[in-house]
Amino acid sequence: MTDARADIFANIRRSLGVTGNEATRRMEVADRVARAPRGVIPQRGQVADEARVALFRAQAEAVQATTVAVDSVADVPAAVANYLRDHNLPATIRMGGDLRLTAMPWGDTALELKHGPSDGNDLNAVSHSLCAIAETGTLVMTAGPDNPTTLNFLPDNHIVIVNARDLVGDMEEAWSKVRIAYGKGEMPRVVNFITGPSRSADIGQTMLLGAHGPRSLHVIVVKG
Amino acid sequence: MTAHATSPQFKANATRALADPNLQAALLKMRTGFIDRRAAAVDRLPEFDALRDSARDIKNHTLAHLDLYLEEYERNVRAAGGQVHFARDAEEARRIVLDLCRRYDAKTAAKGKSMISEEIGLNQAMEAAGVAPVETDLGEYIIQLRNEPPSHIIAPAVHINPEQVEADFRRVHTHLDPARDLHEPTQLLTEARQVLRRKYFEADIGITGANFLIAETGSSVIVTNEGNGDLSQTLPKAHIVLASIEKLVPTLEDASQILRVLARSATGQEMSVYTTVSTGPRRQSDPDGPGAYHVVLLDNGRSAMLGTQFQDMLRCIRCGACMNHCPVYHAVGGHAYGWVYPGPMGAVLTPSLIGVDKGGQLPNASTFCGRCESVCPMKIPLPKMMRHWREREFERHLTPAAVRYGLGLWSFFARRPALYRLATRAAMGTLSLAGRARGRFRWLPLAGGWTKYRDFPAPQGDTFQARWRKERGGRA
Repeated sequence: MTDARADIFANIRRSLGVTGNEATRRMEVADRVARAPRGVIPQRGQVADEARVALFRAQAEAVQATTVAVDSVADVPAAVANYLRDHNLPATIRMGGDLRLTAMPWGDTALELKHGPSDGNDLNAVSHSLCAIAETGTLVMTAGPDNPTTLNFLPDNHIVIVNARDLVGDMEEAWSKVRIAYGKGEMPRVVNFITGPSRSADIGQTMLLGAHGPRSLHVIVVKG
Repeated sequence: MTAHATSPQFKANATRALADPNLQAALLKMRTGFIDRRAAAVDRLPEFDALRDSARDIKNHTLAHLDLYLEEYERNVRAAGGQVHFARDAEEARRIVLDLCRRYDAKTAAKGKSMISEEIGLNQAMEAAGVAPVETDLGEYIIQLRNEPPSHIIAPAVHINPEQVEADFRRVHTHLDPARDLHEPTQLLTEARQVLRRKYFEADIGITGANFLIAETGSSVIVTNEGNGDLSQTLPKAHIVLASIEKLVPTLEDASQILRVLARSATGQEMSVYTTVSTGPRRQSDPDGPGAYHVVLLDNGRSAMLGTQFQDMLRCIRCGACMNHCPVYHAVGGHAYGWVYPGPMGAVLTPSLIGVDKGGQLPNASTFCGRCESVCPMKIPLPKMMRHWREREFERHLTPAAVRYGLGLWSFFARRPALYRLATRAAMGTLSLAGRARGRFRWLPLAGGWTKYRDFPAPQGDTFQARWRKERGGRA
């Protein structure tokens, strides 16, 4: 039996009428991969500072996330505790090893903290996003020990911290942040773009929240 | 062999669909929902049309360099610790997946929604091999319980109403209290969430599709609203991605362009809830994620579409907008098309993938109204390609004798304009005289297929050509 890979490449090249050795074609491909040109960037996200924060929050809320802004990282634990209390949720949270999270003054609250990935028995999780996209109200999460991927999906309530200075206008700008953090062509195992809480319209064509992922998504924007 | 097709029986399927009251109620609902939401989302983004052009150009460029981007992609998957398996056809793809199931000693597999899985008939093959496939997309789960194929590429259970779902859940979830209340859709959703949550943890392998493959980084991208694809690929020990070769795009930026038109065209969302870009297996420092990452790359007839008049079809991103806007799909739903891909995109793709002898009826199921092309985010000329298939069907003598005879008769006259004018004039004159009293016909010889369902209006007495000449002559 012949090799499937070789057959498929041969078929593609026969259909396209190419050999695969054309220098110009190889150059075009290498150039596009190296430059990664941006295409059409919608105007909507191209706003700065306060306007960008406002756009991000409005877009996230339009897809049923809730948001709150705090002045500094020191205010985050209290904001988390308030959110849980206001929603009658138990005062327990799970988080990863992200230093930006662990350095916060959690001791000032009565919250019970657990660390590491979720085994499915956690109600509430707190994660720190790499950045967030104003155009669509989207959080950008990267996998790793800092923010385990299971925290994005298993707990019922997901609370995500975003620094206002990490807000970007569009997805292309988010990729720049990923490349700065990991290097061009290098990727964390997973990049999760999250836009609102989990939902499904598969029963009776009606959109219902809380399908398999979190039933609620709360975003805390840190301004300082 | 691929999934079993009933496409040759399209007419019988359609007749049955038209007589199904549950299906017709569901179709009536989707007719407005999908269209209104898409239109609203498009209105909110002034750059939408420019993005469609950009998305089309990206895919055209990729297809023209597909061999080279595949090489780049494969290299980068390997560099990230993943493996790529090439499959020429459905049989080969199934064998690769089953081999991987054996390698990981899999008893059950959690599955995210994948049309490629449907195309290769994977579930049946897994069951036969003793591996239980668990569909985790809510719609896919429902149709799996009912042992049905999907009727829509993004809303597989769109033809099923909540009462039917309740009955299925009561029939299958026998471990739960029979007296429980399930009359609210949210109660059904909660029950499915609880039942499937256990399955993710039990699964030995996770299988997902891919909306995009990215050459630059060797990544696969899935887009979901439920989060089921993420749980399916995060919790088991191995992740298998099923994708066809045309899912490739060059870079992360290119995927970002197409993502902007994908969700808007599909559901009217600006972004789906979860867009997940996965690259290789769990890293040494990762506390979670699959220990192995495999990609099964399927050709199954696609490489043969390159360089032909059907190449444009390979731009398709499976958003479903064409079927959401199709008057024929609205009338008969997805099952009538008889194979995996329904609607206008299915009518073009099916003959390419399973042969015009089996799928040749589908391109005839079109009014050529052009709505599909006008809403296609990738600007695929769907009506033009359906016409190409009709020509091929005719050339290969697959068209029914009566249609061929009629077309032959028409072309005889059409090639002889004087005779054509004479004949149509005589026919219209006769029909006009005969129908003058009632103004319409309840029955006409040779037009029983028409008059069975509606009256045929009596002509006014003159032909279009004669009137055109008269009116234009009067004005000139």
